[in-house]
Amino acid sequence: MTIPCPLWHSGFWTATALIAPIILCSTTGEVLTAAAMKSIGDLDEIRAHSGLKGAIRAVITCPLFFAGVGFLALAFFALLLALNHLPLSLVAPASASLTLVTNAIAAKIFLKENVDRRRWTAAILVCIGVYFLAH
Amino acid sequence: MAHERLKPQQYLILGLVALCAPLGDTCLDRGMINLPSISIHHLGLLIAAVFTPWVALGIALLIGFFASYLTALSWADLTYVLPATAFGNVIVELLSRFWLHESISYQRWFGVLLITVGVGFVAHGPSLTEKSATEESAQ
Repeated sequence: MTIPCPLWHSGFWTATALIAPIILCSTTGEVLTAAAMKSIGDLDEIRAHSGLKGAIRAVITCPLFFAGVGFLALAFFALLLALNHLPLSLVAPASASLTLVTNAIAAKIFLKENVDRRRWTAAILVCIGVYFLAH
Repeated sequence: MAHERLKPQQYLILGLVALCAPLGDTCLDRGMINLPSISIHHLGLLIAAVFTPWVALGIALLIGFFASYLTALSWADLTYVLPATAFGNVIVELLSRFWLHESISYQRWFGVLLITVGVGFVAHGPSLTEKSATEESAQ
């Protein structure tokens, strides 16, 4: 069934059902990918010492990286499905911005990042921004 | 916490992260909007969609985004890099309005403005969480 109208016409729950899988898969994928890149180290330095091939080898021999890419691939197909039913100007900002908030929470819990007041303020501003985008 | 300034090359990488993602998304939208509606029972059609020109171009741009994104993640926090992608919302709105001719209300522009201000907050902070020697040795 085609749902060509914006969020407030197509139904909140339908839009949520299409956008939520993007956020869930994307957050899991990004946290796993970030963990992989932190375990590998600075790619610029690796490239300086071992060249581009060395940098690529360092990335593709990390199992965490592939786990992250797997979830990001799922997020991509969820995005294609959502774009088939909802306008880009709703799907792209809503999924990207809500992912920012879920990532801040996941990064604090799983990656032990210092998500300080500045970053939480940013997350709140982004949430309000998403509200205005959806209305 | 030390606030180490990024090098110009690293700002360039963040710029590519912000630019390639919205351009890629816009190409995907351009490609998907021309296809017939895909129901949940025919998800295999999504695979065929990958080989259409606009979707393929979108994928190429998203590969460029991913390479820049991985590079940035190797020297900065996830919560620092991701907001850089949020600036892409401004680009998406501009592309949606002037290329795809979608209607963008003042409220949505205000939403974009708030997101951009939020990104500004993060951008002025440290890019990487400094970990103590004890934390490093524990990992």
